[in-house]
Amino acid sequence: MSKIALKTFTLLQTVTSVGLSALAWVVTGVRPIWNGSQPSDRQRIYFANHTSHGDFILLSACLSEKERAITHAVAAGEYWGKSRLRRFIAEDMLSSVLINRQWTKPEENPIEIMLSVLDQGHSLILFPEGTRNMTEEPLLAFRSGLYNLSMARPEVELIPCWIENMSRVLPKGQFLPVPLLCRVVFGAPVTVAPGEERRAFLDRAHATLLALNPRPERDD
Amino acid sequence: MRHDISILIIGLLVVLTTASIVAAILSARAPKPLSSTLVNLTQRINAWWVMVALMTVAFFFGRYGLTILFALISFASLREFVTLTHTRRSDHWVLLGMFGIIIPFQYWLVWTAWYGLFVIFIPVYCFLLMPAITALHGDTERFLERIAAQQWAVMISVYCVSHVPALLTLDVPGFEGRNLLLIAFLIIVVQGSDVLQYIFGKLFGKHRFSPTVSPSKTWEGLIGGLVSASLLGALLSFVTPFSPLQAACVAFVACSMGFLGGLVASAIKRDQGVKDWGHLIEGHGGMMDRTDSLIFAAPIFFHIVRYFWTV
Repeated sequence: MSKIALKTFTLLQTVTSVGLSALAWVVTGVRPIWNGSQPSDRQRIYFANHTSHGDFILLSACLSEKERAITHAVAAGEYWGKSRLRRFIAEDMLSSVLINRQWTKPEENPIEIMLSVLDQGHSLILFPEGTRNMTEEPLLAFRSGLYNLSMARPEVELIPCWIENMSRVLPKGQFLPVPLLCRVVFGAPVTVAPGEERRAFLDRAHATLLALNPRPERDD
Repeated sequence: MRHDISILIIGLLVVLTTASIVAAILSARAPKPLSSTLVNLTQRINAWWVMVALMTVAFFFGRYGLTILFALISFASLREFVTLTHTRRSDHWVLLGMFGIIIPFQYWLVWTAWYGLFVIFIPVYCFLLMPAITALHGDTERFLERIAAQQWAVMISVYCVSHVPALLTLDVPGFEGRNLLLIAFLIIVVQGSDVLQYIFGKLFGKHRFSPTVSPSKTWEGLIGGLVSASLLGALLSFVTPFSPLQAACVAFVACSMGFLGGLVASAIKRDQGVKDWGHLIEGHGGMMDRTDSLIFAAPIFFHIVRYFWTV
């Protein structure tokens, strides 16, 4: 299933997205801070730090209704594809794109799946750390996906998004959120420089994202 | 009482309309682009329209409306306070309890007028049990700082704020069924004092009151604001159980506490390296930026009325 056909939002997806955005506002009073980029409906890959299942909800709550309808979070197939219920939540309610990190068959190649989404004009939310960060480090090293996608589709904007406080709102293993104020800082687009090496680019994207944290001394 | 409330609401509408007209004239005459002070002034006045509208609706629903409104104000304030403090993963259940148990229970105590438990639930029971739960989690990293911040958060955002609707539970002889007016008096006088201090400070402010804590507070603003707010209190004595002189004195004490509340809030923000508590109210900052004075004034006002005017 390397080519997934994307439709516009179903009623269920619209209701879910409006409901979750409202919930995000009630719990976290979430507010976007556009620091180097502006809201736009052009095709983008939003890449963000990842500490909680709530990250994607918070980020999409900062987008307009129109952008939300064409923006898909990339989620781990090993987790969200495990049962029919999880798959239903991830795909039919949240319109996520599931990829397997331990893929074997060529049609499971995550890059191919993500490219097929981009080729239909849609945007992606990507967590390049590859997993939720539970360490004391503010941000783990990036995996290669971001670089590969940008090389294959250089016209798509890569927007770094720092999600603040979400690890405190909903730590790993907890399901009840503590109401704390959260902001999402959207930075200036990052592009691969001509001749830039994979690791150099990934480290630069990593540093750019980290530099968006408005209160670094709070992260411990 | 309907009559008194109508007079207060009409008075507020006149003041707000005048403020909006003045701001519009100032903006029209000022060179473009407008200075940040003028933009902020307009934002603040617009936010006041919304806040007065919300308060009016709450007053219309009486005891229900005010209890729920102040529970929500506690929620917003607590959220801002806790966001600024250092929390760790092991604090999760204590933090959840602050929002999910302490706020509802404290306001239930207000609702049922259980005075004995209302005054000790947070300062005694929560004070002892919250650090005990934190200790049971076994995480001692910055322990004293965390439990102190948690205690302060619930004292300020929940305990102090809940004294506003608790005014409804007081039995003032000859004032039965009119307690809503005590709340209206307190809010108008204390918030009015903030606005008057701002105006006097902008117009005449020269000598800073405490440069290290809050550069915007001046002696001129403080004195002008307190004197005029006390006069406002005397003018409003017709809606209270107080004589005009008593009303002026009570207003003076409440507004002085309010000023100190603003000072303490500024010190906390400065310590934490932020300018505002949050971003809930356009032009004002967060909920706590608006309620810091009320938070300090409410418990003192409550106990003055309770000690001198109830049986």
